[in-house]
Amino acid sequence: MISVQNLYKSFGGKSVLNGIDLEIMEGETLAIIGRSGSGKSVLMKHIIGLLQPDSGKITVDGTDINSVSYADLRRIRQNFGVLFQGGALFDSMSSFDNVAFPLRTFTTMSEKEIENVVLGCLNMVELPGVGTKMPAELSGGMQKRVALARAVALKPRYILYDEPTSGLDPETSNTIDELIQNLADQLNVTSIVVTHDMHSVLNIADKAALVHEGRIHWAGTIDELHRSDDQILRSFVKANEYLIGK
Amino acid sequence: MLQYAKNLLFDPIQALGRYSQLLFKAFGAVPEFNTYRKNLWEQMIHVGIDSMPIVMLAAAFSGAVTTVQTSYQLVSPLIPKSIIGSIVVPSMVLELGAVVTGFILAGRVGARIAAELGTMRVTEQIDALEAMGLNSIGYLIVPRVLAGIVMFPVLYVAACFVGIGGGMLVGHFGGFVPMGVFVDGAREFFQPFDPIFGLIKCLVFGFIITSVSCFKGYYTRGGAEGVGKATTEAAVASCVLLLFADLILAATLL
Repeated sequence: MISVQNLYKSFGGKSVLNGIDLEIMEGETLAIIGRSGSGKSVLMKHIIGLLQPDSGKITVDGTDINSVSYADLRRIRQNFGVLFQGGALFDSMSSFDNVAFPLRTFTTMSEKEIENVVLGCLNMVELPGVGTKMPAELSGGMQKRVALARAVALKPRYILYDEPTSGLDPETSNTIDELIQNLADQLNVTSIVVTHDMHSVLNIADKAALVHEGRIHWAGTIDELHRSDDQILRSFVKANEYLIGK
Repeated sequence: MLQYAKNLLFDPIQALGRYSQLLFKAFGAVPEFNTYRKNLWEQMIHVGIDSMPIVMLAAAFSGAVTTVQTSYQLVSPLIPKSIIGSIVVPSMVLELGAVVTGFILAGRVGARIAAELGTMRVTEQIDALEAMGLNSIGYLIVPRVLAGIVMFPVLYVAACFVGIGGGMLVGHFGGFVPMGVFVDGAREFFQPFDPIFGLIKCLVFGFIITSVSCFKGYYTRGGAEGVGKATTEAAVASCVLLLFADLILAATLL
């Protein structure tokens, strides 16, 4: 379980997070929604300890990640897979080597075993033939899928997705959504999806939390989201419905 | 105006603090040899082997020009021609071999390191390494700095040999000084400490160029513009610090 308590963060005097409280239960898929610049990605980077809060606490399975040593934090991070907004594939490595990287770094698997796992992961993201291609040779959607294969190679317990469908065409977005849903079902991982794409949220999430003015303005299940008459939430959902042509 | 003055005063202090912090973390990551083992070898090739041709070319011309200019300035029946060897060899060993190599590495290797790490920073590749549970400083910075410290002396030795050889050949075939006289002059004033001093300088220069470039690249902010700025700053800062280090070492060790 991941718990965020009273999290504050500002950059250069500009306040971004103003007391975030959030709990993510084992096995659930939580979508963190909100406008661009509302602090969703900043919140995600705090959850994995890439940013230090000004105040507040983040616990992963009961451990406060900001009070542990760097070595312990790295061990905790090995339970996470992260899909960054742009994929963040290592551009000096082929797709195969990108997916194999965490396996070569953190396991004692033989090259043959690594090859099997990597090909399995690439098959899972429906890109079986791209192993030899460099990231620059792949489209944006393909890069995200390879990055997703890399994120799940070590079978993490938690997967964080930062805007997984941003900048993609609707068909590729649907493919990514399906992959996220399949991963949640097959691997029983706990997923946190940072997005402003309501179409994705309705497809993949069990719960949603709306970040507004640096706080969790609204949180609930997808059913509750449909029924909610909160003005800010409705306005956000409505803007998205307009964008996706509903 | 006040803000500008404040920035002018505090930015370098802040940068020095962050640079020291980064070095402290890098030293802490040195024992994690498995993290950077493979990367170290690659960096040694990038820093050392790949830089060898341009360093040798620059060193050969430096030696040759020093010979020509020395003979031009010291043409007199009262001064023996062996003086050319006495000046060219210590010039290469004490100063030119290290400084010419240093400037080339600052431009070639320093800019490359800053651009590489800067691009990795702005495209979240460094965040991806950290998010996996890897020590990004150990993985990216330690092998680059170690490669600089190890390979700079190798380049320096090559630069000295080629520079002295270039000077000697141009002196001989250009009719400035016969080869034997050049060698006699070189032997006459040779100090065994000179190459040791040169090697000490190389260790310091190698450390400065790679660590400063890593610092600039690792903390890059912004997109393509930020990478460009970091790359330029890495090359300029490396060259300036190299000059200061050169003076301080000469004043303290010679």
